[in-house]
Amino acid sequence: MAEEVNLICTACPQGCTLTAVIENGEVIEVRGYNCKKGIDYGVAEMTNPRRMVATTVKVKNGFHPLLPVYTERPVPKPLITQILDEIRKVEVTAPVKMKSVIVENVLGTGVNVLASRDMPAKQ
Amino acid sequence: MQEQYDYIIIGGGVVGCMVARWLSRYEGKILLIDKAADIGMGVSSANTAIVHAGYDPLPGTLKAYMNVKANSMWDQLAGELNFPFERRGDYVVAIGDEELPLVEKLMQQGKQNGVPGMVMLSGAEVRRREKNINPEVSGALWASTGGICDPFQVTIAAAENAVMNGVTILLETAFEDFIMQGKRIIGIKTNRGDFLSRWVINSAGLYSDEVMHKAGIRPEFKITPRKGEYFIFDRAEITIDNVLFPVPSAKGKGILVTTTLHENTIIGPNANEIEDKEDTSTTKAGLDEVAAGALKLVPSLNLRYSIANFAGIRPTGNAPCKTPGINYKSDFIIEIPDEVEGFVNLGGIESPGLTSAPAIAAEVVDMLRDAGEKLVEKKEWDPIRPARPRFRNMSHKDRQLLVNMDPRYGQVICRCENITEGEIIAEIHSPVPARTYDAIKRRTWLGTGRCQGGFDMPRVVNILSRELGISPLEVTKRGKGSEFLFRETKEVEE
Amino acid sequence: MALKNIYDVVVVGSGPGGVAAAIEAKKNGADDVLIIERDYELGGILVQCIHNGFGLELLKEDLPGPAYAQHFIEEMLSLGVEALLNTMVLDITPNRHLFVSSKEHGYVEIEARAIVLAMGCRERTRPQIRIPGMRPNGVFTAGTAQRWVNVEGYMPAKDVVILGSGDIGMIMARRLTFEGAKVERVLEIQSYLSGLSRNLVQCLQDYNIPLQLNHTVKRIMGKNRVEAVEAVQVDEKWNFIPGTEEIIPCDTLLLSVGLIPENELSRKAGVKLDPITGGPYVDETFQTNVPGIFAAGNVVHVYDLVDWVSEAGFEAGKRAAQYAISLRNAEARYIPLKAGKNVRYVVPHKLDKSSLAQEDIRLQMRVTRPIEQPVWIEVHDGENLITRKAEKYVRPGEMVTVVLKTKNYSDVSKANSLTIDINPR
Repeated sequence: MAEEVNLICTACPQGCTLTAVIENGEVIEVRGYNCKKGIDYGVAEMTNPRRMVATTVKVKNGFHPLLPVYTERPVPKPLITQILDEIRKVEVTAPVKMKSVIVENVLGTGVNVLASRDMPAKQ
Repeated sequence: MQEQYDYIIIGGGVVGCMVARWLSRYEGKILLIDKAADIGMGVSSANTAIVHAGYDPLPGTLKAYMNVKANSMWDQLAGELNFPFERRGDYVVAIGDEELPLVEKLMQQGKQNGVPGMVMLSGAEVRRREKNINPEVSGALWASTGGICDPFQVTIAAAENAVMNGVTILLETAFEDFIMQGKRIIGIKTNRGDFLSRWVINSAGLYSDEVMHKAGIRPEFKITPRKGEYFIFDRAEITIDNVLFPVPSAKGKGILVTTTLHENTIIGPNANEIEDKEDTSTTKAGLDEVAAGALKLVPSLNLRYSIANFAGIRPTGNAPCKTPGINYKSDFIIEIPDEVEGFVNLGGIESPGLTSAPAIAAEVVDMLRDAGEKLVEKKEWDPIRPARPRFRNMSHKDRQLLVNMDPRYGQVICRCENITEGEIIAEIHSPVPARTYDAIKRRTWLGTGRCQGGFDMPRVVNILSRELGISPLEVTKRGKGSEFLFRETKEVEE
Repeated sequence: MALKNIYDVVVVGSGPGGVAAAIEAKKNGADDVLIIERDYELGGILVQCIHNGFGLELLKEDLPGPAYAQHFIEEMLSLGVEALLNTMVLDITPNRHLFVSSKEHGYVEIEARAIVLAMGCRERTRPQIRIPGMRPNGVFTAGTAQRWVNVEGYMPAKDVVILGSGDIGMIMARRLTFEGAKVERVLEIQSYLSGLSRNLVQCLQDYNIPLQLNHTVKRIMGKNRVEAVEAVQVDEKWNFIPGTEEIIPCDTLLLSVGLIPENELSRKAGVKLDPITGGPYVDETFQTNVPGIFAAGNVVHVYDLVDWVSEAGFEAGKRAAQYAISLRNAEARYIPLKAGKNVRYVVPHKLDKSSLAQEDIRLQMRVTRPIEQPVWIEVHDGENLITRKAEKYVRPGEMVTVVLKTKNYSDVSKANSLTIDINPR
């Protein structure tokens, strides 16, 4: 028996409404997409949903008290809480350059956590 | 050792601060206490800001006498205390022929009260003068002595001048009871300990009934809080130059339309009796009532341009007028009662209380003198409270000079109202220091524009934290319990 | 950095629209480009938008706001755009004079040949949607909370209700959840979501934050700090439906109820605003009704995507540069006519050199003192004599004239100024 699940694609801000058709636990069809990213999203969302994560870490001696950071690629959705806990333990020291690695291979996901901006030292 | 004062004033509203300022002229140790984190946080904080001409109170009442006497004091007061005041004049507008007799009656009442400078205008003349008025206007009373002020500024200026002349102000200090010696009051108990004084002055506004009951005075006197709600409009949408009152009704002077000294059009208030003296909430029904009332005077008013709502509470008392033959049940109380000694009792000071405040203060001085106080004038008394720079109101040239003198005036913090860091810092270190966000807001008019503080709030919290040497977590909007922030982002509770 | 008196292009605001405008202004030949920012760093609101989703269209990369901002800021600064921080533009006149204020430079007047307005937008606030009730602390716009949580490093909320399903509101729901706050729910008065659908999925549904459509806040409770809000369901005309009230205990109400272009300055400059968008009326070059004043980004109307704001900025910046250059060229055609030796004044005061190519131009002047002997009236550019005329004498009471001929055009076209001297022959 095929089952249909309605999804909203988050691959870009268009937010296409997708329908994933599932049979025997496998996605056999994705409908409603406007670009190829929609197919990938539909399949991934039903099998291994992933999200980008953005948060902050403490900075010592920084121009700001916090440095914004982000995962360079989407990470598995069920791990987000644990990933946030990992990132929260980190404290960096200014200066920091944009896109420098703040946490390497976070939780063994193969995804690095990067600095979202330069963080100069406090003047 | 308890501190010994000559005069303690309970309540730092406009009346209490004005009394403090008047008494500061004479030798003696004066203390003013208020339960809030700033002065002027009660009745004085939310009202229509009008200095009334005096045609409204019933002839023969204390309200009528004080109103007319005080009205003429405001020009000198504004000059000495350097607060903005404009004698714009006001209209009482009759819509349709049936309201015209009521306006004529007010005119007669005004003459009896001794109000100068009143004229009856035809409907055509009112339409010519006020383009946005309801075209069905049938006539209006024009009172040229009506004025407009900023009640925060007035209260603060009076308090600062009092402090400059030696008065002590203690905030977050709540009156609890009197300390009596027989039938003589010798001091007060507060949440911050006891203070002894030869005289205690009750100017507790909404709570003046409870204070006098503690002294055993007028057990039948009761303050009934009456709430009034208001709308403030965007400055770019000014429609009115003067004060427009409707004809009065049993509920009071009615919902008026005017433009504040900050150039925002304001409408309100309605008048509804409530139970809770602290209930300054606005209600949908109340705001709808205010809108309807204002639209009757100015049909073109667009509520879309409203930028703020608030509610104020009037302390309506039930003291009968003392003049024989006058049947009036909510007059001011301004007295030194016989039942106890050392007590000056002020109660039921609702509208026209703001207008009357300087006359009430002068009256308190006279009553004390009559009661045998020597009241020796201080040689060093200074009636002038200097003004501080207001960047927003300055010309380009003056701004240039100011910023050259102190670069902190070049840093704009409130982008809608153009309030600078220099002004904020000056208020934090003024004679009655602003220690909360609202205290700065009320003194500078910061955060009152279209973004309602959205942009300045984090910045002002930082400035307060720096200048007061406290953590941003301790900075409040209006005293304990109104902190902005709970913890650092990264300091997570387990 | 010393400020110049006149710039080709001045950009007001360093958010994505302003930075893009400055970049294209410079690339299109504007010499002096100045960008003015009221905050203490460049980037505008992107500095606090630490979430992803920026740059997919323009940079083909899913970036957080600060990274998107930094990408373009670096490009802008490498092109030689001058930037003023902590500086507020307080007034703009229709002839493009700006009054700006800062600690560093004081209160100064700057002239611009073209201006790009890029002040962005502001959030709608509580009174604009008229929520009745008490006025305690703890009612913030989503953006104010975002600033505190992400930049200042403080939590203004523990237990939150969000009114409005705008993007910043939903993004803050997730953000506050990440930092340990409890988001009770999001209320939306309309029957549909007001932000992007993707944010419903990745900000609310992922974290089981309920969204209630057709719901609003009936009143706010609490004297000093928010203690609760009363939520209520509404009908299609937004009337409260009796019996649906629910008191939700919370310490914070965040508002995400729309954005309004910020145009106080535009008004001062005489820019006409569209009552529907709240932004200036613009033509296809993003020029407002005031010649030489352009507007770009959320100051014109509110965009969904930052990439589109940047694109609008590119266009406005390019057109502003073109305007400035044509003005500069026009200015360069004019040269002053100076009163030299024994000349009190000359009319005209300045000369459009190109008009001399078409026809002769007569210069009129008066002398300072009489010379009762033959004189030369000499027109020169400081080095070379261009033309001269003989007179028998000159007297202050009698006007003197000399004519520049079209044949003098090639000499005059090289001159930066002309001076007239009267010397005895």
